[in-house]
Formats: sequence, C-alpha cells, structure tokens
Amino acid sequence: MSARDHILEQIKINKPAELVLPETLSFESDFADLTETFTELLKTVYTEVVPVKNETELLQLLTARYEGVVNRATTIPSLLPWADFSLSVSDPHELETLELAVLKAEFGVAENGAIWISDAHLPHRVLPFITQNLALVIPAQNLVGNMHEAYKRLTDTTGWGCFISGPSKTADIEQSLVIGAHGSRSLVVYLLEE
Amino acid sequence: MSILPKDHAEASEVFNKDEGYVNWHDETLWFVRQKRDKSSKNIPEWEALREAGSQIKHYVLSHLDRLLVEFERNAKENGVIVHWAKDASEHNRIVLDILKKHQVQQMVKSKSMLTEECHMNEFLAQNGIDVIDTDLGERIVQLRQEPPSHIVLPAIHLKKKDIGDLFHEHLGTDAGATDPQYLTEAARQHLRDKFLTRRAALTGVNFAVAETGGFVVATNEGNADMGAHLADVHIACMGFEKIIPKQEHLGVFLRLLARSATGQPITTYSSHFKKPREGQEMHVVILDNGRSTQLGREDFRNSLKCIRCGACMNTCPVYRRSGGHSYHNAVAGPIGSILAPNLDMTKNADLPFASTLCGSCSNVCPVKIDIHDQLYKWRQVLAKNGHVPKGKQMGIKAMSVVLSQPRFYQWSGRLGRAVMRSVPFVVNNAMNPWYKQREMPEPPKESFRDWYVRNREN
Ligand code: SF4
Repeated sequence: MSARDHILEQIKINKPAELVLPETLSFESDFADLTETFTELLKTVYTEVVPVKNETELLQLLTARYEGVVNRATTIPSLLPWADFSLSVSDPHELETLELAVLKAEFGVAENGAIWISDAHLPHRVLPFITQNLALVIPAQNLVGNMHEAYKRLTDTTGWGCFISGPSKTADIEQSLVIGAHGSRSLVVYLLEE
Repeated sequence: MSILPKDHAEASEVFNKDEGYVNWHDETLWFVRQKRDKSSKNIPEWEALREAGSQIKHYVLSHLDRLLVEFERNAKENGVIVHWAKDASEHNRIVLDILKKHQVQQMVKSKSMLTEECHMNEFLAQNGIDVIDTDLGERIVQLRQEPPSHIVLPAIHLKKKDIGDLFHEHLGTDAGATDPQYLTEAARQHLRDKFLTRRAALTGVNFAVAETGGFVVATNEGNADMGAHLADVHIACMGFEKIIPKQEHLGVFLRLLARSATGQPITTYSSHFKKPREGQEMHVVILDNGRSTQLGREDFRNSLKCIRCGACMNTCPVYRRSGGHSYHNAVAGPIGSILAPNLDMTKNADLPFASTLCGSCSNVCPVKIDIHDQLYKWRQVLAKNGHVPKGKQMGIKAMSVVLSQPRFYQWSGRLGRAVMRSVPFVVNNAMNPWYKQREMPEPPKESFRDWYVRNREN
C-alpha cells in the first residue's frame, strides 16, 4: 500500500464522528473611517501612509522625495520616466541591486494594515522582498475593514500573492525589535485619491 | 556531562542554577504574553473568533481524509507535486530525492518545526547536503548546534551577549558587539548571499487550503519568500493537520495567529502560494508521523487543532522557568507535552508532569484546545502503563485525589488548601520537583469563593 493510501486509511479508521461547519465564520468590522484606521495601524509598524491625488502628483512627489537614489524601479506605466532600473530581466537574481521599488498593489485591510499584492501586478514574485526599500501604491477606495472582507475580494488568488504589513523585521535577539531583516528595510504606502 | 537525555525535572534544575537568568527568561516571555493580551482586546469579537477557529478545526479533524484528497487534487491541478510520508524517515528521504534529482547540495530553509521533528537537517548533512536556516533565531541556534527552544521564538533562551560572541566567531562581527541592530544587519548580509546562491528552498506551511490547493506561509523577516522566489525548487513540508477547508477560513486564522503569538495584528508577510512560478518546481510533502495515531486517541486528538502560535508556552509558569530545551522535544511547552508522549511514551513520560495544571494555556489557546485537561489525562494513561517518572509518583498520588473529584474546578482549590495545611510535606518538600525553585505560597485559609459564599449567607 502506498504511503498516501496508508495514511488516508488510518485517518478514516481514527477520525472522530463528522461535525458540521459553524455558521458564524465571518465578522463585520465597523470602523468609522477606514483610511484613518489603516493609517494609524501602519504607523505602529513603522510605515508611513501618504495620500496623493493621482499618478501625476505621485510622479512629482517621487522625483522630489527620492532625489539621488539610484536603482529605482516601478510597475506603474505612468511612473516609468522616473525609474532608472528595468524590471524586464529574465532571472530574478538580477534584481539584487534594486534600491527602491514602487509597486502597484490591490487593496489594503484597515484592521491590520495588510496590503495584498500578487502575480496579477508583479513581473517577479521576489520583487517586494529583494528590493532594499518598498513603496506600495493602492487606490484609497480599495480599503476593506478586516480579513473576512479581504477574503471576500480574493475569490481567486492567482498563482501567488501576499499580504504585506510593514517592512521586514525581527525580534529574535532578546526581543528587541529590529527593522530590516531579510525583506525590505522600509515601506511607504501611497494612497491614490483618484 | 551526561549524554543521556535528562528528564524535564533534572534539566530544569540545571536551567535554574542562575536565578537572575531564569527571572529574565520568565519576564521576557511574560512580556510577550502581555502583548498578546493587549492585542486580543482590540478585537471585540475575540472570544467568538476563537470559537470559530476551534470549530473549523473540529470540522477538519472529522473530515481530514476528504480534505487532504481535495487539497491534493487541486494542488496537482495547479502544477504542484504532492508527496506523502508516513514517518520522519520517509519524509527526509523524499526531500533528499528531490534535491538529488536536481543535483543540489545546498539549500536554504525557513522556519519549519516539522523538519525539526524529523531531524531533517542532520539526515541531509549525513547525505552531503548543507542546509542553512534563514530565520534569524533559527540561524542563531543552528550556529550553536542546538535545537530551537521555542516554536515561534527559537533563540529566546539566549542573551545578546551569547549571540554577539557567536556572530563574532562565525560571521566576523566585532568582538564584544551586542547591539541587536548591528548583529541583525550582519546576519542580513550573511544570509542574503545564501538566498542569492542557493537553488533549492524549503519552507514550512502554516495553513493548506483544500478548496484551492494553495498554502500560506507567515513570516516577519521575509525569509520564506526570499528563499522560495529565488530558488528553482521550492519544497513545502506540512503535517497533515495543517489543512483547512476553505480560503475564507484564513480570515479567521490570520486574525488569531499573530495576535496570539506575539501580539502583532498580523505577521509582516502572509504569503499565499498556489502555483509554481514559470520554470520553477514546487513540491508539497504531507507528513503523518504519528498524527493519525493521535487522531485515534479520543482524549488527545484535539491537540491536532494546534496552529503553533506558542501562546501556551509564553503563558506557562513551568515553561517560563524551565526553558524550552528541558522538554527534550521539537515542540516544547504545554502543547509539546501532549504531542510528545504520542510519539514515545517511555521517552516522554516526564513531560505531562511538567505542568502545574493551572489552566492558563487553555485560556489563551486561540483554537481552544483543552491543553491542561489533556496533560492531566496523559498522567493517568502514563501511570496506568507504568510510565510515571520516579520523583513525581508520590506528589501525583495526592494530586490525583484532588483532581479526580467531580467538578474539580470548583473543589480543587478548597481541597488543595486543605491538603497543604494538613499534610504540607506532600506538596512542600523535595518530592514535588516543582517546589525546588518555587516558593510555595502560604495557602490562604479561605478562597474568595468560600469567603463570598460565607458572607452571603450572613
Ligand atoms: S496549543 Fe494552542 S496556544 Fe499552544 S501553540 Fe497550539 S494553538 Fe497556540
């Protein structure tokens, strides 16, 4: 008998009597102002949320903010004039020297500050992790209250996707929080009003 | 030093030699426990959420076979290669074969307690494969050649001076440097090179979703993603109880997990893997290793609901004052003490006794496992099978008198006090291994409940 059949057989013999799934699996949140909750929450994980009017204003802002930064990349077509690093590489290892990536993401969750980004908007999965610094861009209206609402939006997760909430961090040395473990050292979220 | 594994009581005696150190360990974990309390209070429906998590897991246990088959079918459709392993050695063999097929001799690995359970690193090393642990805490204990002492905080037993010395020796940091920021940066540089040069990555699995065939891996450091997205081969290893029915159930579990573990609203990264990226090979290894036996033990099967948040350890007065290594099992603390005897009753007979049965673990458990009840029941099973560790025999007899009373929650306090006042030697002498480092409080003459009842009658 294969290991698979053996395991399934053992489970069948040993499992408890069948139960049904509970009815209440989803809870509604009632945040008065999603943007405010989202912004406040992300502050607690060292992440700045910056409201901008539209992509034109974002382009100006990026130009001013990151003057002197080299190896800048973006997945947003209207921001391409600002970038100096092409993401059309065949091997993701070539992203190693990336300093700043400004990436289109889908939506954010107010309760925990998590932002969903996926294959749908990414040429390389490693991009949000390998870049030294990360900026995510989401439309301000794409905020939901909590994770139950988030999964209602995520009926299909494509091949890969991730909730990101803040820069990478660790507290493995005596519980002291250090920002910048293996992923990005910083995160900024740009909320597009239009 | 003895090469025989010490039992929990002996090992904790060693751990307790330095009182300042033990107090520090105790307080550090209590601090994490308090963060959990604060964070859970931010969610008004916290208790209902725990109940939902618990019920989904009960459903899972009663439908495991079907859910696993559904997961396998969907994962295969997504282009993932699914393997099944009856035990640790089959698991390790499967991983080795995948690596051999790709002629890989070096692999990065993110946190996986399952591979600790299987002693996979040692096995692969014997077969010429070099495994680098990439979670900072796990890298630290790996360099020290010791196992993690906590499932979420692998290096929680170490002070920054220990880590400074270790990094000085292995990573060339300045002698005497202990700044966590500096040490973490050194590890970042050291491991970044590994991520960039390894062709295979192994990760654990926090949740596998039957409905989609996908799985979720949660980290704060981003190491699972750095490894998996750069490697040609991604191997994800899971115990079969990690399965959940639907993707929407992740809403419940991701709200519970990080809050219970460290008090964070969510981990920095909750990565949802479904299909391999173009040109990549993705494997999932599903492991039994005694889980199906545990499923058949009516009194203990609920331990399979565990989502490995570590809250029961952070809150446990015994864990905090004895350290993870004294449990001599991959998973330490209260939950480890229920899982371990299932694997080996003789070797792990001491663990269900490493508890005061105070019930704090059951109170914080996000999926409402009756942890302390199960510990108590293991004591009965072990005693019946002649496995009671020596030092505990006498104390336990008195304790079972107390605890076998019907409605023992209500009565045990009263009887406990009576026992302590009339026969203090039973509780308060060297026969009770926990007495050694714990000043027994003077028992109050009456509990609040007794006082209340008496005063109400007046
Ligand atoms: S038993 Fe409960 S509290 Fe302990 S690690 Fe598992 S889920 Fe967390």
